[in-house]
Amino acid sequence: ELQASGLPEYIKIVEVGPRDGLQNEKVIVPTDIKIELINQLSKTGLPAIEVTSFVSSKWVPQMADHKEVMRGIERHPGVQYPVLTPNLQGFHSAIAAGATEVSVFGAASESFSKMNINCSIEESIEKFEEVTKSARNMNIPVRGYVSCALGCPYEGNVVPDKVAEVSKRLYSMGCYEISLGDTIGVGTPGSMKKMLEAVMKEIPLSALAVHCHDTYGQALANILTAIQMGVAVVDSSVAGLGGCPYAKGATGNVATEDVIYMLNGLGINTGVNLYAVMEAGNFICTALNKKTNSKVAQASFSIGTIN
Amino acid sequence: RFSPCQVSSAAAASGGYPKRVKVVEVGPRDGLQNEKNVVPTPVKINLINMLSETGLQVIEATSFVSPKWVPQMADHTEVMQGINKLPGISYPVLTPNLKGFQAAVAAGAKEVSIFGAASELFTKKNINCSIEESLERFDEVMRAAREASIPVRGYVSCVLGCPYEGKISAAKVAEVSKKMYSMGCYEISLGDTIGVGTPGSMKEMLTMVMKEVPVGALAVHCHDTYGQALANILVALQMGVSVVDASVAGLGGCPYAQGASGNVATEDLVYMLNGLGIHTGVDLQKLMDTGTFICNALNRRTNSKVSQASCRL
Repeated sequence: ELQASGLPEYIKIVEVGPRDGLQNEKVIVPTDIKIELINQLSKTGLPAIEVTSFVSSKWVPQMADHKEVMRGIERHPGVQYPVLTPNLQGFHSAIAAGATEVSVFGAASESFSKMNINCSIEESIEKFEEVTKSARNMNIPVRGYVSCALGCPYEGNVVPDKVAEVSKRLYSMGCYEISLGDTIGVGTPGSMKKMLEAVMKEIPLSALAVHCHDTYGQALANILTAIQMGVAVVDSSVAGLGGCPYAKGATGNVATEDVIYMLNGLGINTGVNLYAVMEAGNFICTALNKKTNSKVAQASFSIGTIN
Repeated sequence: RFSPCQVSSAAAASGGYPKRVKVVEVGPRDGLQNEKNVVPTPVKINLINMLSETGLQVIEATSFVSPKWVPQMADHTEVMQGINKLPGISYPVLTPNLKGFQAAVAAGAKEVSIFGAASELFTKKNINCSIEESLERFDEVMRAAREASIPVRGYVSCVLGCPYEGKISAAKVAEVSKKMYSMGCYEISLGDTIGVGTPGSMKEMLTMVMKEVPVGALAVHCHDTYGQALANILVALQMGVSVVDASVAGLGGCPYAQGASGNVATEDLVYMLNGLGIHTGVDLQKLMDTGTFICNALNRRTNSKVSQASCRL
């Protein structure tokens, strides 16, 4: 549904802080802190919170407690709690732990796929097909991610048609939504527009999401471009948790608070309480002993009032 | 390997964006004025000289205001006289009144700026008079500038919100802008002084202002205090604005929110414009090098995300 302004009336925010965020933080937080963070986020009005990743703890030690987290969190009605499942084994483990939605991660770059999960895009698609087949049998929705949608740390420029091709494969195999990730944050409104135009030829708009990184400060401008084109699902991370693993010390995920501030200003409904998110952000930053990456939070706590 | 300077501009500047944007660099004045640490005169001069080599066409050099009020700009005469003035580059300076204007011209200034506001309370707290009174003061400057053939740029502060009044009506912004334009300012820079604006309020405000001032005479001066600057600038560009103020390394915090950021970083702006295929004439690498220089001198980290990301790649 579009407003008179041409912008969506409602945007679904997918909160990736507890997974994408914490996975890319230097400090590992204990299980009870993760659970408390997710429980606080569940009370903010966020419709989807990515909880953890059922990947081998050998590769991602920060997510080693996936079972405990999955079992330990409060499950609020109306809130989705997707988890990452890179393969069938992870999928079964996730289901056994109570997961009711899963995500698979593809990439638009062969080099990235090879470096990240040690196989080609095609091979990774085959693995995901096993997951989506099992998921379909169990009525479990699957979300598909496409990394490097606007650039790759190894290949540089990524061709929009390639992003469209990989997105189409994931959508055709049964992913209900495709989240297009600007993994290293190099995208700009120019490249975002070109990429979305190519992808929108293959995937219905309502099945698209954008996952922008703020490494080059472009995230909100890129998100604005996407929503001007009708995209109505946006991924973000409370307090901007999660640095960029490809540029040491640089930022990664866009901060949920800053996204909501912008959407509020545009009169777009998200159902999310900004103050509540800032409080959750304050909680996790204290636990991580770090400053928030959210400018809204920084400004609001500085002046002691919240505009 | 990825270099920000090679961002493909294959994304054409069609689809509703200006082909060229003039970047007005305010780091040496607005930036340094709002930094905790003060830098010595030779550093300021070197900063401006380095900026002059980046392709920037406009560099706001200093402020001819009493050092009693703004000690960071006390060396305005030395700076103005000490910098290399390259042909084709404008070095505007702030002149709050006739006295400042005369001092500026005596020191070699060829362009000046005056600062109005869309908020009565802000004007009262800032310069202890009403908006109307402030414009009367500027009238003297305008007359003298006209006689000396000196172009005057007008700033309007608090266009998207005021630290004291809160919400600011778009009609008020349009009214003050119109007055300053009619007085003879060749350009009106609309400032989101506390960075609270969003693409929604930016659009609403510009729609009203554009009824009174031609878009070719408009500029936006966005603060990134709430992370909204680039998104706000994007909307302004979509509406036809083609002059954007920014500060190298994002120098200049917000005086109304301790520790919060202020000016948008020129590097991040240029990165976005490059990606949109919009011509600026600015060399991003040289700009980043200049940012590195001034941050070292100020003993602080850059506020530019492009700079932060690039030096680790």
